[in-house]
Amino acid sequence: MSGHRAPLLLLNDEQKMLAKTAHEFIRERAPAGRIRTFRDSKDPVGFSREVWGEMAELGWLGLQIPEEYGGLGLGFFDLCVVLEQSGRELMPEPFVSTLLLGTQALLLGGTEEQKRRWLPGVASGEKIIALAHEEQGSHDDQWSLKTISHRVGDRVELTGEKVQALDAHVADAILVSAATPEAAGDGVRSSLYLIDPNQPGVTIARQHRIDGMGAAIVELDGVSVGQEAIVGEPDGAGWLLDRVLDRARVGVAAQMLGASEQAFDTTIRYLKEREQFGVPIGSFQALQHRAVSVFTEIALTRSAVLAAARAIDESPDEVPRLSTLAKALASETFLHAAKEAIQMHGGIGVTDEHDIGFYMKRAHAAYMTFGKPSRHRRRWAELHGY
Amino acid sequence: MNELDEFREEARAWVRENAPKALWGTSGSGPFEGYWGGQKCEETDPDVLRWRDRGIEKNWTAPSWPVEYGGGGLSRQAEDIIHTEMKAIGVPRPIAGQGLCMFGPVLLQHGTDEQRARHLPQIARGEIRWCQGYSEPNAGSDLANLQLKAERDGDSFVLNGQKIWTSHANLSDWIYCLTRTDPKAPKKQMGISVIMADLATPGITVRRIDLISGYSPFCETFFDDVRVPVENLLGRENEGWTIAKAILGHERSSIGRSIARQPGSAQREVVARARKHLGIVEGPIPDPLLRDEIAQLGMLEEAFHLTLARIQQSAESGTPGPEGSITKIVGTELKQMRFEIGMKVAGIQGLGWEGPGFEEDDLQYTRDWLRSRAATIEGGSSEIQKNIISKRVLGLPEGKS
Repeated sequence: MSGHRAPLLLLNDEQKMLAKTAHEFIRERAPAGRIRTFRDSKDPVGFSREVWGEMAELGWLGLQIPEEYGGLGLGFFDLCVVLEQSGRELMPEPFVSTLLLGTQALLLGGTEEQKRRWLPGVASGEKIIALAHEEQGSHDDQWSLKTISHRVGDRVELTGEKVQALDAHVADAILVSAATPEAAGDGVRSSLYLIDPNQPGVTIARQHRIDGMGAAIVELDGVSVGQEAIVGEPDGAGWLLDRVLDRARVGVAAQMLGASEQAFDTTIRYLKEREQFGVPIGSFQALQHRAVSVFTEIALTRSAVLAAARAIDESPDEVPRLSTLAKALASETFLHAAKEAIQMHGGIGVTDEHDIGFYMKRAHAAYMTFGKPSRHRRRWAELHGY
Repeated sequence: MNELDEFREEARAWVRENAPKALWGTSGSGPFEGYWGGQKCEETDPDVLRWRDRGIEKNWTAPSWPVEYGGGGLSRQAEDIIHTEMKAIGVPRPIAGQGLCMFGPVLLQHGTDEQRARHLPQIARGEIRWCQGYSEPNAGSDLANLQLKAERDGDSFVLNGQKIWTSHANLSDWIYCLTRTDPKAPKKQMGISVIMADLATPGITVRRIDLISGYSPFCETFFDDVRVPVENLLGRENEGWTIAKAILGHERSSIGRSIARQPGSAQREVVARARKHLGIVEGPIPDPLLRDEIAQLGMLEEAFHLTLARIQQSAESGTPGPEGSITKIVGTELKQMRFEIGMKVAGIQGLGWEGPGFEEDDLQYTRDWLRSRAATIEGGSSEIQKNIISKRVLGLPEGKS
């Protein structure tokens, strides 16, 4: 906290009700085991459009989208309430791609026309937007780009390859970042373009990851776009993505918080049920103390996530610091909680039959997404002048 | 603006107007930092005494206690606001110590009218300093194993035995002790009573204990046929364990909060020390691993402060629950982490015990680092705190080893 007054870190009554309703809905309609089903059936989509549509009807996809674009006009904090619950069951639905990356890019940089065209469809659950910014070897640094934008008359042609673009295989629109040829490699002069995945020159290849999140390689071979496709300032993609990614970090941290809690609750239940040597294994101090360590980390992470979510709505200057804090802590906490969960479940914990393994896979993936903790600690140090 | 916001304005104005400028920025404003008072107090700093007097006049040394007992008659939220405003400018509370933050609240809850009327105003005015007689040589983590005998004899209890780790007993006027009043009770948690005693009573001897840091707040306190009037029994005879646990709850949350200091101060302190010892005036700390460690400290510190704020915001009652245990574990861990990194950046300049070749600041830092090793032991070790959370919060079955 830079000031002496802490942000409000409590949910109001409506938000508590939202959390409860979302928790029940998700537990009922979207249990974590679906990830196994989607994987084993080689489901081409990788999530349920039906569940996504139901959530749209409940108003949850448009929570933060302004009313004039078909949403409810609430805050990012409210969105995080639902994201936390979606994390509890590791939902592979397109929260990150569409609600965090796509929607935030449009809200922060989109023209009136772009927002009108896309946001109502996001709120209604019909449109999926992906953001393709990762490249082979870019290590999540949006400033380092090999994708090029060649100027051809009034238009530009995009050429390059993006990897692990979440939900690009089912997206209705894809945001891609590309640099002018002279700026390639340093990325300072790069722009963000909204492209149609069906247009000539775009090839999409589905990727399969350990964590069940849908992703794809997006190959661009002279994809022609006009000025109207630019989202945000021309040459301003780096700065825009800084802000978009900070929001995405907080949203993913909220999901990781929920997932940590779920992994932890499952483990505590197991510690009470499972008997060895004639007693519940939860009576062993060696396990109790480790459980308390996870509990403590979750409590600290919750405070950081709530503060960061609040900052997005109320104190923009604090967002870089707090999003970095939330992402770093949530990454470490979730991975630790998930590994401890597996260890405490013993043999069953390493079987594919039990869901707990999916938590560790997601934990590892989320840890690596939008900057791993060591990178965020470096950023934290820079933000604090050392 | 709601009522609390208005009160915040009032509290801010009063604190800034009345706290002597010399005290600004000198303290983390924790419940144990600052003037502790008592008959043996030798404080002569006029600013400290003036601040004490202003606090007493305003009844803001114990803001949430009833007015009849020297308090301000305010809500817990208002009290938190006052302390937050003091913290904001880094002044200590006008009076600090165990009487105000640990014993007073329990006396308020469990004492008789006569006991409250006698003791609370003296605590609120800083006239009488209290210490706590809990641990014994064979009752540390296993506190309920305590053996200090208190036998009824007419209108008195006669105390025989020993307490250890009695913080500041040498500087205190009164002690509240856990005593064994029924040695035949079927469980060791039964048969315990809380008895208050004037430390000037014949038969009480106090001896200081030096720690690895070379100094110490701790003492041993011996009781040799000490006669205490029966009206000094707090709560019911043989039912003192409940009170003891309540006081420990206050202690845990107080220790956590007292470590809290100013948000960001641990990180700033360690960065400044790194700059001084590594000779880097500005820019990044060149050792990336060290820098990463400092960032880990800074992040933990921030999350800890946010968590304290969250607990404070959700606390509706004045009795801290088991979440106090989290603040003690994390707060003490943070403190040790800060000193460990601070010592690491100093290298061999941190090795001084006393004498030439070492700066005064560094000598003090080294002593404080040594002292910090006790943080995870005193007030209930981290392991005991984990047992408590495990049982009370997580609902895991009673521990086996």
